[in-house]
Amino acid sequence: MDNSSPDIEAIARLARLAIDPNDVPQYQDAMQRILALVAQMNAVDTAQIAPMGNPHDLGAALRADAVSERDNSAAFLALAPATENNLFLVPKVIE
Amino acid sequence: MEYTTIAQMSAALAAGTVSSVELTRAVLDRIGQLNPELNAFITVTPEQALAAAHDADRQIAIGKHGKLTGIPYANKDIFCTQGVRTTCGSRMLENFIAPYDAGAVERLGTAGMVAVGKTNMDEFAMGSSNETSYYGAVLNPWDKGCVPGGSSGGSAAAVAARMVPMATGTDTGGSIRQPAAFCGISGLKPTYGRVSRYGMIAYASSLDQGGPMALTAEDLALTLGAMAGHDGRDSTSVTRDAEDFTRLLDTSLAGLKVGVPKEFFAAGLDAEVGEAIESAIGVLERLGARRVEVSLPNMSLAIPAYYVIAPAECSSNLARYDGVRYGYRCSDPVDLQDMYVRSRSEGFGNEVKRRILVGTFALSHGYYDAYYGQAQRIRRLISRDFANALAQADVLVGPTTPSTAFRIGAKSSDPIEMYLCDVYTTAVNLAGLPGASIPAGFDNGLPVGMQLIGKAFDEATILQVAHQFQQATDWHQRAP
Repeated sequence: MDNSSPDIEAIARLARLAIDPNDVPQYQDAMQRILALVAQMNAVDTAQIAPMGNPHDLGAALRADAVSERDNSAAFLALAPATENNLFLVPKVIE
Repeated sequence: MEYTTIAQMSAALAAGTVSSVELTRAVLDRIGQLNPELNAFITVTPEQALAAAHDADRQIAIGKHGKLTGIPYANKDIFCTQGVRTTCGSRMLENFIAPYDAGAVERLGTAGMVAVGKTNMDEFAMGSSNETSYYGAVLNPWDKGCVPGGSSGGSAAAVAARMVPMATGTDTGGSIRQPAAFCGISGLKPTYGRVSRYGMIAYASSLDQGGPMALTAEDLALTLGAMAGHDGRDSTSVTRDAEDFTRLLDTSLAGLKVGVPKEFFAAGLDAEVGEAIESAIGVLERLGARRVEVSLPNMSLAIPAYYVIAPAECSSNLARYDGVRYGYRCSDPVDLQDMYVRSRSEGFGNEVKRRILVGTFALSHGYYDAYYGQAQRIRRLISRDFANALAQADVLVGPTTPSTAFRIGAKSSDPIEMYLCDVYTTAVNLAGLPGASIPAGFDNGLPVGMQLIGKAFDEATILQVAHQFQQATDWHQRAP
């Protein structure tokens, strides 16, 4: 595990977040301390241990491939900040 | 109010000595009186509550009622409620009105319970003090200079202050048990998959679990019976038959083995809290339980593993808040990227951003196996530790938290110190086991919580131990 300080601004770009430049040192410090805490996991040899993603080791639940929902589009569109012609409206992507 | 517990209210409703409308009015009055100071509720819904109470009274009048018909309660503001806004403690969802009810809310409604409003919480359930809420901190009814715990801090404060007899909570790393301990009430995190996560806003999906918070173990048992059950709309909901969680309440503890993990009493535990829990274990022994010393050798790795798994899953779950389909959108975005970035940056608070950043890093190329993979392997070790300990005992007991409630602001500038509040609770979520916190004493006027951890799907035994303890003690009857 690499505990060198991660580049907060690069991670923020991946996470689609903007961090105020004045706040970068504070986030950087918190991140470093959290990663140092997390590094305690390195003390354990887990080479023979299988990862556990679900506490009951259950796989994905499957259901019959059949229509089970009615059309809720009007209710969902009503929640959107902007819509037009039954579509979600976003700023222009292509000039 | 004359009645405080659900069991008392239910008996009075059945006997006709009080109506649901009267109970609901009393609850709404008390919320109106106390909430301006405590800030336990984000939204109160008197009209809907009174309409539901009238319906309940009609059901009772024609004899078509159950034990929970007409009982007022509150929902943590993480549960979607049709027609009533659901903020999740965030600016991001300040104006979000869900078009459906969460599975757990639907079930409590079917049981006839009367929802009176939505309780305050740490933003997106990320916090242990309720200080990260966009809607302001909640005050602890026992000492208004102290936090109520979190993230279900509003629910805990509302129950402790006798505003409502029960409130729903959710627990990803301790968010039902820790505030229950800090506010001197009873709270149960069921086995992972017991209560539907449908409509329960996701934080860390492999850990999140909803459950009841109330004054007594009996009330937890009654309400869990209504909340739990398979829901095909949640792919992690377990398929199990309905259960009567009250069935063991009156069974003696004679011969029951109570495991005491030594790691729960190691450095970091306040001496007074440790003494209160030791006395409480003494009560269980006097009730016939046998004390067994057990060990959870990987316990110290629970917080490190949790603070990889939970942020990783949070960064993935919270990617949905992009300002397109619902939730906050920034004003005048110049392009799509600007809209995503500014909507998220203005809509989320600092702690949420911090966890998204940690999770994004842990899942990023070149780091995934070292962080997320390793945390998931540690998770299995912790789960095995519990399986070994619970092979020697029927339940495990220990403190819920290392200290009693702390002062508002005392830990808010130091995320690590805040994370360590959950040092005894996160492991239970990693293993997916049921865990409860019940009042077990006081230190300097602040409540101490005892944690009870059971085998998977064995909530009934936890509730048996809790109820028997509450028959022999009066900590749960103390009111702030």
